[in-house]
Amino acid sequence: MSAERANGALLEAQNLTIQFGGLRAVDAVSFAVRPGEVYTIVGPNGAGKTTVFNLISRIYEVTDGRIVFEGNDITAVPPHRIARMGIARTFQNIELFEHATVLQNLLVGRHCRNRTNLWSEVFFTPGVLREELLHRDKVERIIDLLELQHYREQIIANLPYGVRKMVELARALSTEPTLLLLDEPASGLNIEETDDLANWIDDIKADLKITVLMIEHDMRLVSRVSDRVLAMNQGRVLAEGTPAEVQRHPDVIRAYLGA
Amino acid sequence: MRNLFKTDYVQDIRLFEHGGHIFWYGLLLVGVFTAPLLMSEFFVGEMSMVFIYALAGIGLMLLTGYTGLASLGHAAFLGIGAYAHNYFVTKLGIAFPFALVMAGFVAAACGIAFALPALRMTGIYLAIATLAFAVIVEQIFSHWASVTGGFRGVKVDRPNLVGWQTTTETHFYYICLVVLILVTLGARNILRSATGRAMMAIRDSEISAQSMGIHIARTKVTAFGLSTGITGIAGALLAHKLQFITPEAFDLILSIQLLLMIVVGGLGSLHGCFYGAIIVAFLPQFLALIKDVLPPSIGQIPGLQGGVFGLILVLFILLEPYGIYGRWRKVRLFFEIFPLYRRATFRRQRGYLKTERMR
Repeated sequence: MSAERANGALLEAQNLTIQFGGLRAVDAVSFAVRPGEVYTIVGPNGAGKTTVFNLISRIYEVTDGRIVFEGNDITAVPPHRIARMGIARTFQNIELFEHATVLQNLLVGRHCRNRTNLWSEVFFTPGVLREELLHRDKVERIIDLLELQHYREQIIANLPYGVRKMVELARALSTEPTLLLLDEPASGLNIEETDDLANWIDDIKADLKITVLMIEHDMRLVSRVSDRVLAMNQGRVLAEGTPAEVQRHPDVIRAYLGA
Repeated sequence: MRNLFKTDYVQDIRLFEHGGHIFWYGLLLVGVFTAPLLMSEFFVGEMSMVFIYALAGIGLMLLTGYTGLASLGHAAFLGIGAYAHNYFVTKLGIAFPFALVMAGFVAAACGIAFALPALRMTGIYLAIATLAFAVIVEQIFSHWASVTGGFRGVKVDRPNLVGWQTTTETHFYYICLVVLILVTLGARNILRSATGRAMMAIRDSEISAQSMGIHIARTKVTAFGLSTGITGIAGALLAHKLQFITPEAFDLILSIQLLLMIVVGGLGSLHGCFYGAIIVAFLPQFLALIKDVLPPSIGQIPGLQGGVFGLILVLFILLEPYGIYGRWRKVRLFFEIFPLYRRATFRRQRGYLKTERMR
């Protein structure tokens, strides 16, 4: 345990492998995310980036290797416990609760911090009310941060795409994470929205002290916000380094241009 | 249009959003409490049937409307509640209020026992499993004669509230009303706290619910337990209402009626249970009335009631998927923002692509 902490990584993937039948979607991938940085995974479609996220949030079972978070091995932790440990995520194609309001969505994000039980909820005891007010207060801070006041009472199904992306980010932040996994946060956003997003990622890193692990295709955004970049192709690591280093790496160029 | 100026988070948590709600719900409460004084005994009896249906509807609504798990077998839990309650009252001599609660717990326990293995299934497969469960339970009712009286059925007396034997339909009306109000408040409380939100989260996206720290299996089992418990209480009241229960009283048709009730009322709203209950309770009476007016070639068709029920269900699913409550909200909005209402306000939006569900 202490040995693992000594290298200073917040999240460490060691030899991470998953096999679907004959396909090794992720093949012996190792990387370490340091506390306080923005670490981005890039790669062509089908490189296994989202699969890495699904392994970290424990939706997929790891075939081989380990995931270590804050010095604890989380390779066998059940998926619903991940949020409570401090890992929150967004989804590539937006997985919001469509028939609920923005506020309700964010309050679901507070679920992993909730301490009420069913019987006190049936009678809505003063303790439950206190808890609800506490959650509301935390959620309102996120709403202020991401400027979602306007949409608070709206049903998700009525919101435009860009706003949904922000609501999903807000919901992930509501869980009070130490590590935030963003799966293509800029996909489908226009240039202005992407700029806003870059500012918010900076804020999340600087003000909220949250470490960000991100998958992204928009290299402008990647270069602007990332401290380090990992390039993947066909389930394997191609290169790791600063955004500029990775973009210059011959293997990366070959993977993208097929030369 | 009413513009609410919110100054406190509690305003969003309260049971009643604003003074208008308190006024109208207060008026409704006064109405239902004074109604028996003005109505005929027959109508009072029909109203208590509405209350029992609404109670069962709340049970099913929590499961289907809020957690997104369809059940085609809720009549079985009505039956379990009914037989358990009758057994507690007549064989064990337990007082009515306690027997009622215990019947709820027995039904909830059966629901949980069923849910533990069955919740590995979702959607249509779960619906079929609940259907199978209901068929099995109906057989158990028929053959476990020492408890249920078997095919010949069993007589149920009017409720005896601790030391006070109730005698009239009006007494029973008030019992049903009080139970219904308590259960409605309890359901509202759950829906405005963490468990209720977790249920809705599972309904809309299991995968992200899980990533938000919701224990999917536990929440589903909780929803099943709550749902079947409430339905069991409704069953206990139904036993008194019918005064004579046989296994056939809890057949598939009843299960489908319950499902029809919440769909027609409006999935995903507690109001819907009440609207649906009124339809399901009064439609047979209404059909009996118009039978005499209709030409015999239509009025005398066997199974007319089932046909009309089916037709209503199909029309609602096609034309108003949000049920009577959804229609009511549209009408209300029309008047609130008159003359700015547009048809497109409630048009269904194009759904965006979802990550493939990992089931």
